Amino acid sequence: MSLPISPDVVAGNASSNPAVKTVWAQLLARPLALIGLFFVAVTVLGAVFAPWLTAFEPNEQMFDGLSIEGAPMPPGETFWLGTDLLGRDLLTRILYGARTSLIIGIAANGIALIIGTFVGVVAGYFRGWVGAVLMRFTDLMMAFPALLLAICLAAVFSPSLWIVAMVIALVYWVQTARVIFTQTSSLAEREFIDAERALGASTSRILLRHILPHLVPTIIVWGTLGISTTVLLEATLSFLGVGVQPPTASWGNIIFENQTYFQAAPWLVFFPGVAILALALGFNLVGDAMRDILDPTQRGRD
Amino acid sequence: MSEVSVMDASVEVSKGAPNDINDRILELTELVISARSGTELVPLVDGLSLSLNRGETLCIAGESGSGKSMTSLAVMGLLPKPAVRITGGAINFDGRDLTQASERHMRHVRGNRIAMIFQEPMTSLNPVLTIGRQLIEAIQAHSSLGNREARQKAIEALNSVRIPQAEQRLKQHPHELSGGMRQRVMIAMALALEPDILIADEPTTALDVTVQGEVLELLRDLQKTHGTSIVLITHDMGVVAEMADRVVIMQKGRLVEQGDVADIFARPSHDYTKQLLAAVPRLGDGMRKAALQPTKVEEKEVLLEVDDLCVQFDIKGGFFGKTTHHVHAVNGVSFEIRDRETFSLVGESGCGKSTIAKALTGLVPSSGSVHLKQTTRDASGLVAATKHRDIQMIFQDPYASLDPRMRVGDLVSEPMLIHKIGTAEERKARTAELFERVGLHTNQMENYPHEFSGGQRQRICIARALALRPKLIIADESVAALDVSVQARVLALLKELQEEFGIAYLFISHDMAVVENISDRVAVMYMGQIVEMGSREQVFSNPQHPYTKKLIAAVPIPDPSQRRQEFSRLSDEIKSPVYKVGQLPHRVPLLSLGNGHFVSGDDFDSVSQHVAA
Repeated sequence: MSLPISPDVVAGNASSNPAVKTVWAQLLARPLALIGLFFVAVTVLGAVFAPWLTAFEPNEQMFDGLSIEGAPMPPGETFWLGTDLLGRDLLTRILYGARTSLIIGIAANGIALIIGTFVGVVAGYFRGWVGAVLMRFTDLMMAFPALLLAICLAAVFSPSLWIVAMVIALVYWVQTARVIFTQTSSLAEREFIDAERALGASTSRILLRHILPHLVPTIIVWGTLGISTTVLLEATLSFLGVGVQPPTASWGNIIFENQTYFQAAPWLVFFPGVAILALALGFNLVGDAMRDILDPTQRGRD
Repeated sequence: MSEVSVMDASVEVSKGAPNDINDRILELTELVISARSGTELVPLVDGLSLSLNRGETLCIAGESGSGKSMTSLAVMGLLPKPAVRITGGAINFDGRDLTQASERHMRHVRGNRIAMIFQEPMTSLNPVLTIGRQLIEAIQAHSSLGNREARQKAIEALNSVRIPQAEQRLKQHPHELSGGMRQRVMIAMALALEPDILIADEPTTALDVTVQGEVLELLRDLQKTHGTSIVLITHDMGVVAEMADRVVIMQKGRLVEQGDVADIFARPSHDYTKQLLAAVPRLGDGMRKAALQPTKVEEKEVLLEVDDLCVQFDIKGGFFGKTTHHVHAVNGVSFEIRDRETFSLVGESGCGKSTIAKALTGLVPSSGSVHLKQTTRDASGLVAATKHRDIQMIFQDPYASLDPRMRVGDLVSEPMLIHKIGTAEERKARTAELFERVGLHTNQMENYPHEFSGGQRQRICIARALALRPKLIIADESVAALDVSVQARVLALLKELQEEFGIAYLFISHDMAVVENISDRVAVMYMGQIVEMGSREQVFSNPQHPYTKKLIAAVPIPDPSQRRQEFSRLSDEIKSPVYKVGQLPHRVPLLSLGNGHFVSGDDFDSVSQHVAA
């Protein structure tokens, strides 16, 4: 199916490039968005430059990483955030773990968003038997315990980072589809959609140019909320042995490896927990700001 | 101090009205209501002073944004705080200043002493509770009556608003009642506690014209028996003329003129009042105007021929969702529209007039045939491209029919893009041309729809409809949502464009006065069928069908000297054309009276009977 968007529309969009700049400028003008951007940037930079930021290897068990009694070291001069049960540097593991979390949070969540949006839009706009089949399938997926499904899938495919991302996407798209479905079906009833149909606009034009832009705020909010959820889901899977396999570090498996020692060595749970929280909060703040900026009806209201 | 001067002013203008201070029940003094916008306070109502006497009907008239609804909400203590609040002045009711009253005191005043009915009877009743429950709750909130006494009082209240079988009605839910019935329930609820003041905010705006008459008459009768003072807020000068003792005209939060209703209509002194009155469409204006112009007798070519158009919807019921009933929304309608003429479909809600528009633009499936000059289609699929090009539609609600996330320039050029007309530059030039033609600035093309007023948005919709140089524009209640002065300007624009571009209009409206003003030919619809059709003169000067006569009689006349004592009443509620599967609706045959005047052979009652059967 060819899309009826002729080149000049693209040209039209290109000419509105100044608007894109102003979105960026507007983002920087919001204090909360700046805080969010800061958290996200710190995580990204940490993940990318991990080898240069730390003197240790993530899986390296240090001789001086454990006390005489074999207990992990608390935060100190050598090991800034302490060491874990096997004497590995926690800061190093968190920096490398950020790679896993970002891949899961962005890739898994992105795939889930794409599947969910597609299913939701198609079911919500066309209704009829297409919609019924898609939404009943969604309901079925929702009723099925997500964790059980993820374990089954992960057991079938041999676990690796990318497989884990796929598995998370496959269980997580359901919520997005539900929300997008509800929004689309109410949008499809709006009069301006009728007006487009009366003009003879093709279905793909209505979906891409008139329905999708209205879904952007929802997609952004769900996308940013989903990052924290998927990071946690990855942690759960890792804990159950079907997620990211040790010794590869991920924020989730750092917490779960060490959670039984929470009282004796609280930093082992506290620091990766803070990292997850900061990343989730960062994406949420940026997402909230993006939603407000991208909504033209909000412009000039504040 | 300011109070004294204000009273002086009101004495001066309201000659004839009782001026006794004791008769004064509500008095607003220099009331200022402001909305917070950032750090600034923007006044919505600015220094409004007015008074209401016992047993009097005061109409507050004005267009949208004049602050009339804010004033009523302020009296009720229902302003959307903290965004909007009273920032000055006083509201004196019964010796107390309501602006200083506690929430506890306001709760006692609301409902009990001052009651309010809202515009939309659909949304102001709770849909999940029976109306009996809601009425009894309202009564018990302000009295110590037991269940049985409250119930008795509720039945009395329903009887007093002339709702038949009040006892059974108590058990019904709001959705089981028609719009007029619901508004009567609202009035019953408001009056059950015999308040001193009833504030009615556009109480008949959402109702059909025949029902509107009944509700107005009801308010008048109830006022006589209970001696309630009524504050009636409306934009409709016809309703003002029909109801008011005194009138307050508001514009942009300020009072521009007040006085006795006869004075205001006969000798408006303020320019704005004059403009407002001049803009009101009146029955007969169209014919008077036409009489001034020499009528060119010319045979125009037929542009659109609709033959035996039927639209039906299924109602599904039962466990397996089988179709149990059909709604015959449009039932064998035939008419033709000629080149460059305005053909109007008029009727009350549910008569199928909008469904015809949707069928013609292919938004609902239909049967029958539609011929557009030189192209033919069975109703399901005329050569799609030409249909969408030659027939354009302007919708009722300019707020809902423009995609709020697109720039208006893109919206206007979109039809050309869809039909791949011209290059990008040509489209841009044409869009700019259209903007200027409908009275907008080309530098507004980059703005979004919410940055425009209702009238401007409707102009954008018109520009959009013109983009493809259509032969026919369907205007579905296109001016119904606009203020009268804006409405008049949009109608004038449509008329100009018709002459300039040679367009024919299919004009769909419930407003008899507007239809009379702009139509060449008129068809009156009732229950999915045309019951009378002819030229404007034929239908309005010589109506034949009883339903047409009732519609014309029900139009409120904006002249207090022609105030009616009694409104025509329909024998019963208007029914909807719902039939069981297999049952075919009765078709009323159209008989020719000569000269293109057609009227259905059966009268109104026989149509109803067939429905009841």
